[in-house]
Amino acid sequence: MAIVFQKTRGLTDVETHYCPGCTHGIVHRLVGEVLEELGVLDIAIGVAPVGCAVLAYKYFNCDMHEAAHGRAPAVATGIKRVHPENFVFTYQGDGDLASIGTAEIVHAAHRGEKISTIFINNAIYGMTGGQMAPTTLVGQKATTAPYGRDEAHCGKPIRIAEMLATIDGAKFVERVTVTSPAHVRKAKKAIKECFKVQIEGKGFGIVEVLSTCPTNWGLTPTEALKWLEDNMIPYYPLGNFKRPEEVE
Amino acid sequence: MAKAKPKIQGRVTFEEDRCKGCGLCVNACPVNIISLDNNKINAKGYHPATVTDMDKCIACASCALMCPDVVITVERL
Amino acid sequence: MAKVLMKGNEAIGAAAIEAGCRYFFGYPITPQSELPEYMARELPKVGGVFLQAESEIAAINMVYGAAGAGARVMTSSSSPGISLKQEGISYIAGAELPCLIVNIMRGGPGLGSIQPSQTDYFQATRGGGNGDYRVVVLAPANVQELVDLVMEGFDIADQYRNPVMVLGDGMIGQMMEPVELRKPKPRELPPKDWATDGTKGKRKPNIINSLYLAAEELEAHNKRLQEKYRKIMENEVKVESYKIEDADVVIAAYGTTSRIAKTAISQLEKEGYKVGLIRPITLWPYPYDEFDKINDKCKGILTVEMNSGQMVDDVKIAVKGRFPVYFHGRTGGMVPTPNEIIDKVKKIYGGEM
Repeated sequence: MAIVFQKTRGLTDVETHYCPGCTHGIVHRLVGEVLEELGVLDIAIGVAPVGCAVLAYKYFNCDMHEAAHGRAPAVATGIKRVHPENFVFTYQGDGDLASIGTAEIVHAAHRGEKISTIFINNAIYGMTGGQMAPTTLVGQKATTAPYGRDEAHCGKPIRIAEMLATIDGAKFVERVTVTSPAHVRKAKKAIKECFKVQIEGKGFGIVEVLSTCPTNWGLTPTEALKWLEDNMIPYYPLGNFKRPEEVE
Repeated sequence: MAKAKPKIQGRVTFEEDRCKGCGLCVNACPVNIISLDNNKINAKGYHPATVTDMDKCIACASCALMCPDVVITVERL
Repeated sequence: MAKVLMKGNEAIGAAAIEAGCRYFFGYPITPQSELPEYMARELPKVGGVFLQAESEIAAINMVYGAAGAGARVMTSSSSPGISLKQEGISYIAGAELPCLIVNIMRGGPGLGSIQPSQTDYFQATRGGGNGDYRVVVLAPANVQELVDLVMEGFDIADQYRNPVMVLGDGMIGQMMEPVELRKPKPRELPPKDWATDGTKGKRKPNIINSLYLAAEELEAHNKRLQEKYRKIMENEVKVESYKIEDADVVIAAYGTTSRIAKTAISQLEKEGYKVGLIRPITLWPYPYDEFDKINDKCKGILTVEMNSGQMVDDVKIAVKGRFPVYFHGRTGGMVPTPNEIIDKVKKIYGGEM
C-alpha cells in the first residue's frame, strides 16, 4: 500500500475561508507542495495581498507578511534585500496586482527582483463582492459594471503575463489554469520552474493562474470551470511567455 | 479464457468535516464513483463528498488534484 | 571622534550608518535628496543596501518588508512624499515594526514649495495615516542634535517596536554645522524573535500583520498599542526649557524656529524683558507637563512656528487655560525674524494683543 496523495507540509492545518469550489485552494496547495518539494519551505517568507487571499498568511506554513493592497512586491523586495538567501514569494489577486499594484509589480520585475509571484486572475473583485476588475472580460457583468464591461467606457481587460514578459528583468512568465487534473499538473510544473528561477538567482518570475470565482460569477463550481475555459482562455491564452534560456 | 486485465486498486479517504461540498472531485473522477452525500450534513453544513464504490477506484488522484480544501488522501493498495 | 563639518541631510546618513542602519529605501524629493544620495554612495561600502524605489509608496512598503525581516532600516522624504508614505506608516505602526522615517519639511499644501516649513506638525503628531496609532516624533534644532536624535531614534524604534520620525525643516537639512557622532545612552533592546527570516524548521511561522478581523481581537490589539504609547509618554518626553519659572512671557517653539526665538530672547533680555522658552524636542510624546512649571504671573505664551498655527493647539492643551496663548507664524518658506518675535513679545507685555 502506498500513499499516492496526501496533504503537503507546506500548508498549515487552518481551514481556508474560501467559498466552496474556489480554486484559490488548489493554487495554495500547489504552492505549498512546491515549497516542500524544492526544500525551501523552512527558508520561505511569503507575502499575502489584500483581496480574497488576504488571510493567506494563516494558510502557508512558513514565515509570512500581510501587505497593504498592491504593495506585496515592494514588501517582498524589502525582505529579499535583507535576506537574499531566503526564498521570498508574493501571492496576489487581480485587483491587488493588476490594478492598485501595477507600479509595484512592474518595477519589481524591472529591477529583476529575485522573488516569485503567484498571480490569481479570476476576472472579478471577490472579497469586496463582485466589482469589476481590470481583468473583467468585455461584456462580463460585475456589481460596478451592471450592464457588462463596456470597452468604450473602461477599456479592454489587461493581460499581465504578456505585459510583464516584455520586461528584461522578468525571467519566467507563464499563464496556466487549474480547471482539470491535467491543467493542475501543468500549473504545478510552472510554479516549480518559476520558483527555481529565484532559487538559481536568475531574477523575477511570475505564474498567472486563471482562476474561478463561482460565488461572484453566479455559477456552480463546476459551471465556473467551464465558463473559465470557454470565456477566459480565448482572451488569456495559456502557455509560457518567457523562460531563462530564451532571454540569455 | 478471460483476458486478465491488470487492475490498480485504490482507496480514497475524505476528511469529511472539512469538505465544502463543491463537487469538483465528483466532476474530476474518471470512474464516476464520487458523489455528494445528500443524506449527510457535515460540521460545516455541507453535503460532503463520498465514494459509492471503492472497488472501482484506480488511485489516479484526480479528485485530490481538484480538491480546493485538501481533504482527500489517496492510497494505492 | 573629532567634530566634522557636515550638511544636515548628509549628517543624518552618517548617523544612521553609525547606528547600524544598513538598509535605505527612498525616492528623490527636494529638499532632502542629499540624504538618499549620501546613502547610495556610503551604504555599499559597509555592506548595506540603498535602493531607489519607484515611488514613496513602494519605498515605505520596502521598509515594512525589511523591518519585518528584522533589519535596521530607514527612509526619508519631504512633505508631499511623506503624505504618500502614510499608508505604509500606518501598517508599520499596526504591525509594530521599528523603523526610522525622516521628513525634511517643505511648504504646502499640495506641491507647495521647496522652501523650509513646519507645516507637517499635525500630520506627524496626529497620525497622518488611518487608525489609532502614534509615531514618536523627534524635532532637532541643530545638526548635532539631529545626528544624536537619529542615532537614538533607531534605539527608541527597536525598544518599543514603533516607527520613529525625525521631523526637520528644510533649513536643518541644508545647514552645515560641526558634528560629532556619539553613541546614545545604552538601552536594553528586546530580541527580534518575531522577525521573518525563515522558520528553519525550528519554530512556528512568524507573521507580520496588522489585520484583526474579529472585533474583540482588534480592540485588544488597540489596547496593547495604547498601553505601549502610554509607556512612551512616560519615558521618552524630551524638552528644553529656559527660565520659565521667572518669565513674564514664554515662547514655545521647536526646530530651527526655536533658534530664532533664542536670538529674540537674548535681545529682549538686554532690554530688561523676562522671556522664557519651552522647546519641545519630542513633538509626540508632547511635553505637556513642562508648561505646569510656568509661574502664575506669566502674561502669556507666544507660539512661533513656520506654519499657520499647528503646535499652538498642543500649547493650549498644555496650559489648560492658565494663560492666554498667542501665535506668530510665517508660511510658504518665509522665516520668522527675531524682530517680528520681539515685537509680538512687547505687545504681550503691553497688553496690546
